[in-house]
Amino acid sequence: MKYTTETIPSALKPGDYFMMGDEASAEGAVAAGCRFFAGYPITPTSELMVHIVKRFEEVGGKFIQMEDEIGSVGAMVGASWAGGKVMTATSGPGLSLMMENIGYAAMTETPMVIVDIQRAGPSTGQATRPGSGDILQVKYGSHGDYEIIALSPWSVQEMYDLTIEAFNLAEAYRAPVFLLADEGVGHLRENFTVKGEVEVYHRPKAKGLPPFDTGDEDMIPPMPAFGEGEKLLITGSTHDEWGYRKTQVSAVHDRLVKRLVNKIRVNAGKIHRWEAHFIEDIEYLVVAYGISARAALKTVMDLRKEGIKIGLWRPITIWPFPEEALKEAAEGVKAVIVPEMNHGQLVREVERHLSVPVHPIAQVDGEIMRPETIDIRYLILDI
Amino acid sequence: MNHPLEKYLRMEVFPSPFCSGCGHGILLSAVLRAIDGLGYSMDDMLFVSGIGCAAWIPSPHFAADTLHTTHGRAVAFATGAKLQNPNLKVMVISGDGDIAAIGGNHLIHAARRNIDLTVICANNSVYGMTGGQLAPTTPLECFTSTSPSGNTEPPFDLCKLVEGAGAGYVARFTVAHIHMLIKSIKAALEYEGFSFIEAVSPCPTQFGRMNAVPSPVDLINMLKKDFVSMAKYNKMPLEERGSLKPIGEFVKPDVRKSKAG
Repeated sequence: MKYTTETIPSALKPGDYFMMGDEASAEGAVAAGCRFFAGYPITPTSELMVHIVKRFEEVGGKFIQMEDEIGSVGAMVGASWAGGKVMTATSGPGLSLMMENIGYAAMTETPMVIVDIQRAGPSTGQATRPGSGDILQVKYGSHGDYEIIALSPWSVQEMYDLTIEAFNLAEAYRAPVFLLADEGVGHLRENFTVKGEVEVYHRPKAKGLPPFDTGDEDMIPPMPAFGEGEKLLITGSTHDEWGYRKTQVSAVHDRLVKRLVNKIRVNAGKIHRWEAHFIEDIEYLVVAYGISARAALKTVMDLRKEGIKIGLWRPITIWPFPEEALKEAAEGVKAVIVPEMNHGQLVREVERHLSVPVHPIAQVDGEIMRPETIDIRYLILDI
Repeated sequence: MNHPLEKYLRMEVFPSPFCSGCGHGILLSAVLRAIDGLGYSMDDMLFVSGIGCAAWIPSPHFAADTLHTTHGRAVAFATGAKLQNPNLKVMVISGDGDIAAIGGNHLIHAARRNIDLTVICANNSVYGMTGGQLAPTTPLECFTSTSPSGNTEPPFDLCKLVEGAGAGYVARFTVAHIHMLIKSIKAALEYEGFSFIEAVSPCPTQFGRMNAVPSPVDLINMLKKDFVSMAKYNKMPLEERGSLKPIGEFVKPDVRKSKAG
């Protein structure tokens, strides 16, 4: 079923603001109608929680600091089914703790937004330093098959805009949506612009229809709330369209898992966002996201001054991966270069969809990606 | 003639999945009798449960909103739902392994917050669904599939734990003390704050058989013998208490107020 849309005035007065990325994301949440936040302190994300507490006191939201990140996602599921637009924010170690309940949210089709300000892992790693090591974890971190949506901002403006988008996608597709940022963008301070109005989506609603499969083509069932007299049966066990546990019925499990996956895949074309810079008539393509894409853009602009035909393609939607757009951007190039602040994660996805040579630039020292690190002149000479 | 509690149940899911002699059916009935006695509407109720046999008491049996969560996290899920919609009357029903082992952290923090939830822990001293393993509530020296030579770990006193964490209503009864149990569930539901009931419920299949008490009748008689009223228990000399355990309302709103004052 289709979500409904509404255009509402912005929570902040329209204009330019100077904030940290973490704070701009909190503003995006408030603008999108989020009024429930459950969280647990963690570096480098705590500023988001601190900011949203302050804003909730002004606009009237529900905030709870939970005993751990497991409890945060648990409370979000409860609040989402009680009708709220819900959020949490964390970083690697907290994300690892959240994973079981994120799988539960995927299984029960519970809308929620999880902000992950990635830091250098594994384990406690470097708490204050940037990384992009959670690219695969957000998609594959919980057991079993399911699909989530993940968006990657590269600016404070996108921390605000994509947080709104994350809430809209969560409502539209009844799925967990990640704002998959890195410490570089989370702690970046720069201007961003707030427009006068915001378009917000609301989850599909209907009385008396099955909340876990209506047989609709778009595969998105309506979502009633607790207290509406629908006598909801919600379970993370295999369930039929009304929520009855059917853990011994193969056909029910098969249909459910395929729908959880396909409701995102068949709608991927509507979800995909990407940005291309200088990709006309290119021989080389850099694929980069997050703070690394800013360094990559500088490299691309410098190399183009030297006459090297190179462009930048930046996926904004990391999951579901915009493979068709990538194939189009990489059409006819000699090589693709993928700089990442991890030991090579999204590069696997790039390799999977292209038949040209793909070169990873993997940086795992906890430093921010610098333009000179992506200097690929040596690579071009090799090729 | 229909059973008077049928209106609270999804009759299509019966027969229940519980083993013969399981105490959870009695607890199921006690919860519904308490709700019936208070005149609550099931449309205002939300039942939250975790993983394990006791979690199946509300889900799918109760004709109300039910949330069957991940293992141990029912109290956290319930906290979010209650916070988002304070008009919901939220009750958690789950087992001792779910609430006190994997979910112990959520339990003590919800008690500390004194958030308006009623938590009923169906304590059968064992992990029933997974094959009779040791629980943090298994009495000393008892046999389970993971303590084949007898349990060497002292069990939790769940009521003392939750009282220490700050709950406003704390009680223990057994399914062999049905009228007291129903009265306690009513008191817990009426209390505006965190209320906790340890409902002791026998498991003949996994616990009784391992401990030479396979008969459900013997297990119920044991509950009647081993659990004595708080007043009686408190008057007993220490050497007479032995393995007896008190039942009663250990923390009540007025008692707590007078303690604090």
